[in-house]
Amino acid sequence: MPTVSMTVNGKSVSAEVEPRTLLVQYLRESLGMTGTHVGCDTSQCGACVVHVNGESLKSCTMLAAQAEGADVATIEGLANGDELHPMQEAFRENHGLQCGFCTPGMVMSALDLVQKNPDPSEQEVREWLEGNLCRCTGYHNIVKSILAGAEALRG
Amino acid sequence: MYQFNYQKAGSADEATSAVAAADDGRFLAGGMTLIPTLKQRLAQPSDLVDLADIGDLVGIEDGGDSVTIKAMTRHVDVANSDVVQSKIPALAGLADNIGDPQVRNRGTIGGSVANNDPAADYPAAVLALNATVITNQREIAAESFFDGMFTTVLEEGELITAVRFPVPEKAAYTKFPNPASRYALVGVMVAQTGGETRVAVTGAGQDGVFRASDIESALSGNWSADAAKGVKMSDDGLNTDIHASAEYRAHLISVMASRAVTAAG
Repeated sequence: MPTVSMTVNGKSVSAEVEPRTLLVQYLRESLGMTGTHVGCDTSQCGACVVHVNGESLKSCTMLAAQAEGADVATIEGLANGDELHPMQEAFRENHGLQCGFCTPGMVMSALDLVQKNPDPSEQEVREWLEGNLCRCTGYHNIVKSILAGAEALRG
Repeated sequence: MYQFNYQKAGSADEATSAVAAADDGRFLAGGMTLIPTLKQRLAQPSDLVDLADIGDLVGIEDGGDSVTIKAMTRHVDVANSDVVQSKIPALAGLADNIGDPQVRNRGTIGGSVANNDPAADYPAAVLALNATVITNQREIAAESFFDGMFTTVLEEGELITAVRFPVPEKAAYTKFPNPASRYALVGVMVAQTGGETRVAVTGAGQDGVFRASDIESALSGNWSADAAKGVKMSDDGLNTDIHASAEYRAHLISVMASRAVTAAG
C-alpha cells in the first residue's frame, strides 16, 4: 500500500493506506483523530469539514492521497490545552450546539469564513453555512456563535 | 469504493498517457462528483489520474471579446476573478452559487463540463453563452458538445484544457436550488450575444442541458420578463423525481427565465 504523508495540526504524520482511502478515514482511522465527523457521507452535511492548505473542504469527498504533502487543520488543533479557541468558546457561550455532532464542521467552516471576511453580516454567515447542516438548533444560535466568535477574533 | 490505482500527473501529456496506458483510466479534477460516484460504486475505474498538480491547466485569460477559463480553475476562483466579474458577471455569479463554499473550494469548471451532470450549473452557461470547449485534441462548439445525461462527445482519453466564453451584451443565470444538494432543480441562463438570444436550461431535462427555443423566440422580439413568463413550457422530456414533477419543472423554467431576464436588465 502507498504511504501518504501530510502535516496535521502542525505535526508531520504518515500512514500506509489504500488509494481509495478518504481523507476523513485517514484522520479518524489511521490517525485516531475522531473529532472530524462523518454525517451524511454524500458531501452535503459538512460535519467532516477540515482545512487543507488553509481552505475549508469536505474531507469525506477528498482522497487522503490528494492531500499528500498538504497542511491539514482539524478541530483537535484549535484549543490551547484546556483553553478553548475563541470560536469554540463562542459556541459554548451562545449555546451554538445541542447534540454537537455537526459542531466540528461548523467551527472549521466558520473559521474559513472569518479568515476571508473578518466582520461578516448575519446574512453572510447564513449564506456561508449552505454546506453545513444542523438537525438540532435551527441554526439561530450557531449564527449568533459565529458572529460572537468573529468579534472575539477581531479583538 | 472499489479499489483503484492513483497517481498525480505533472503535465497534460503525462495525464493523457497515463489514462491511455490504464485498463480503464479516469481523469480526476476536483472530484466533487467523481468521488461521490465512486463511493456509491456507480463507477469502477482501474486508475485515477489526478490533474491537481498541472499548473498549465489553471488560470483565467482576458481575450478582449472573450474570456478563457482553464479547465482546473476552481469555482471559487471564477467567482472571485476580476476579469470574469467585469466581463461576464453572470458567469462569476453562477460560479459563486455552485454547491456550497467547500465544494467551490475544490470543484473545477473542466470537471463540471466533462461530467455533464443534468443538474449542474456550468453546462447552462456553456450553452447559453455559446462557449467553445477546448481539449488537447480540438475545439468543440457548445452546440455539439453535450450529448445527453452525463454524456459528452469527448473521446476516450480526451482532456478538456479550457473553456472559452464570448463576452455577451447581457446575461444572467437564475436557479432554484435543491435545498440539500444545492444542485439546480431548474436553472436558466439567458444571454444576448452579438444580437442573438440564447436561453439554456439545466436541472430539468431528461437528456441534460437544453435550449428553450420557445423562450428564445419570445425574447428575441421582446426582451422582457413578461415575455419569458408568458411562455408555457411543455413538460415533455422533463424529469420527474422525488424533488419535483415534470409539470412543476416546466412551470419553473418560465419563472426562472423571467427572473433571469430581470437580473440581466
